[in-house]
Amino acid sequence: MAYHHDLGVQRHRYDDLKTLLACASPRRSGDELAGLAADSDERRMAARYALAELPLRTFLTEALIPYEDDEVTRLIVDRHEAAAFAPVAHLTVGGFRDWLLSYEATTEALSALAPGLTPEMVAAVSKLMRNQDLIAVAAKCRVVTAFRSTLGLPGRLACRLQPNHPTDDPLGIAASTLDGLLFGAGDAVIGLNPATDSVPDCIRLLEMFDALRQRFEIPTQSCVLAHVTTSLRAMERGAPLDLVFQSIAGSEGANRGFGIDLALLREAHAAALSLKRGTVGEHCMYFETGQGSALSANAHHGVDQQTMEVRAYAVAREFKPLLVNTVVGFIGPEYLYDAKQIIRAGLEDHCCGKLLGLPMGVDVCYTNHAEADQDDMDTLLVLLATAGVNFVIAVPGADDVMLSYQSLSYHDVVATRHLMRLRPAPEFEAWLARMGLLDERGRLPPPGADSRALRQLLALEGLPR
Amino acid sequence: MSALKPPPSGPVDPFAGLRVATRARIGLGRSGDALPTTALLDFQSAHGRARDAVHGVVDYPRIAELLRPLPSLVLRSRAPDRASYLRRPDWGRRLHADDLPALSALHGDYDLALVVADGLSAAAVNAHAAPLIAALLERIPNWKLAPVVLARQARVALGDEVGEALGARLVAVLVGERPGLSIADSLGIYLTWAPRLGRADSERNCISNIHADGLSYAQAADTLVWLMAEARQRRLTGVELKVDAAPALGEPARNDLCLE
Repeated sequence: MAYHHDLGVQRHRYDDLKTLLACASPRRSGDELAGLAADSDERRMAARYALAELPLRTFLTEALIPYEDDEVTRLIVDRHEAAAFAPVAHLTVGGFRDWLLSYEATTEALSALAPGLTPEMVAAVSKLMRNQDLIAVAAKCRVVTAFRSTLGLPGRLACRLQPNHPTDDPLGIAASTLDGLLFGAGDAVIGLNPATDSVPDCIRLLEMFDALRQRFEIPTQSCVLAHVTTSLRAMERGAPLDLVFQSIAGSEGANRGFGIDLALLREAHAAALSLKRGTVGEHCMYFETGQGSALSANAHHGVDQQTMEVRAYAVAREFKPLLVNTVVGFIGPEYLYDAKQIIRAGLEDHCCGKLLGLPMGVDVCYTNHAEADQDDMDTLLVLLATAGVNFVIAVPGADDVMLSYQSLSYHDVVATRHLMRLRPAPEFEAWLARMGLLDERGRLPPPGADSRALRQLLALEGLPR
Repeated sequence: MSALKPPPSGPVDPFAGLRVATRARIGLGRSGDALPTTALLDFQSAHGRARDAVHGVVDYPRIAELLRPLPSLVLRSRAPDRASYLRRPDWGRRLHADDLPALSALHGDYDLALVVADGLSAAAVNAHAAPLIAALLERIPNWKLAPVVLARQARVALGDEVGEALGARLVAVLVGERPGLSIADSLGIYLTWAPRLGRADSERNCISNIHADGLSYAQAADTLVWLMAEARQRRLTGVELKVDAAPALGEPARNDLCLE
């Protein structure tokens, strides 16, 4: 069905729903690359007017990617809960924005609504929201998950410690890990992107992290971000695996590009659950996403990149993950050109994920060929902390020496926690206190030369070689 | 690397025993909650160097001079400038229509076409392209070589169109890799058998990390010659070419990371 809107003297026509959504999207390089973006700001605004008038329930009857063709669409449709949707079923997309911002949309109301929302509804309303709206609505959402630490509680900001090394050298990885622990990083997960994706390497790294965790009795979880099939084989061989990781996307074809489907994720989820390694909860999946992955796999079906991203969250939601994060600026300037686009996308992904009930984190990051720098990451971090992001990712000095991109520094996490009075996950905070890393006000000051934690953590004997 | 200097705060560096194991920026110290000034400036200067590499211009006249007596010609992709190039990878993969006739005029019976592409690091191409080609030529005296194509605003897949237009059986694209903070001038080589428009990345073999602290010219040239011989014998490149026995391919390339 085609959509129209008259703006000024011109009638704008949009051939179908996905065209309307693409044209209503804020300008970004990935949609321009795909040939989907509005070719003028006025056409973009006409699309937003038309979208604002669209009944929200349209998305329940009109699939962007056909049900018969795509298992992600089938998942979205089959899992939709009409009863949860009922409170907003009468609204237009524009009316839904007003409702989300209203005082009626409390934390409890939003939690109850999540199973009634589809990714397409959430993507649509986000296109009518300013950055401030994305922050305000996300800040009202609360998604709490747990494994050995509890994440997503109000007033908390957790951190994935990412100790990557170009050749997976055990001592090098341990060095970056210990450095991060001294900054109070790692309460979300100690998560390594391995340089090589092999089962023996994965097992060796998992054993190393598990030994480190047990040695210092750290209440957190570790993850080697290998392919899900590698994690499955590692579990079969008895490896101490806490979380199964996988990159996911918003269509069956794009997921095939990652070498996965829903059945494979179900198998891995069941295997990780059966290990029962969590102490305070049993959320045991970790997913990463990012706008542009479907287009780069040539499996976007003519749907704009932000809507495809939110569809990936339907995949994540199926597996009750501990952690989900968008790797927002990693994919490059052909998808998100500059800091303006990266910042906007980070806020969209976080808000849309939260509305769908996901424990959203963000890798606040950029590559050297994007028009962005660390000042922009400062901005996005403060915005996300204000929006109540569950966790962010940090590496030593913001420089990932394996993936050659810039994320946040451990320093940034400490600075933001102190500035915005946010605390680490409670179990991890108690551990930091036991290690003597916190002062009487609960802050984490620079450790002195005589620091007990410094001596204990950096004692070289017993470190992996 | 200056980022590895111990923090100035204490006489004893508690990270001393760990720094040898990684070039990650560990143990930087703290000014309050922030980076100390030296660490801040080190980071920003590394980022500046990386950005300069991305936005720099390759000095192709000089490279052509260095390659002589080997013939070469400079060609453009369809990306008119750097900003368009970064936004539109598809344009960087195709030859400018006006430049195709000059290339087609050189069509012949070639074992190998060499394409130098600026990619994402002008610094890498300026520093390493000519000496690497010299090292390669020493090793393949009997190969029939097409004139070297020096391509502006060019990505790896541009080699497909070039190789096809020249009629070459193999194309090797030397390309500036995406700069990191520690290395801004890393060169990569992508080898493709029977180049033609539409070849997939899975049909290529890659040698990565050619720079002063990575693969040497000799190592990279040895590996390339090995791959070319295998490709010629098996009449293919890509995932089906078993590279386990290859001499050196650089640090492991990641599937989800586009280095070009």
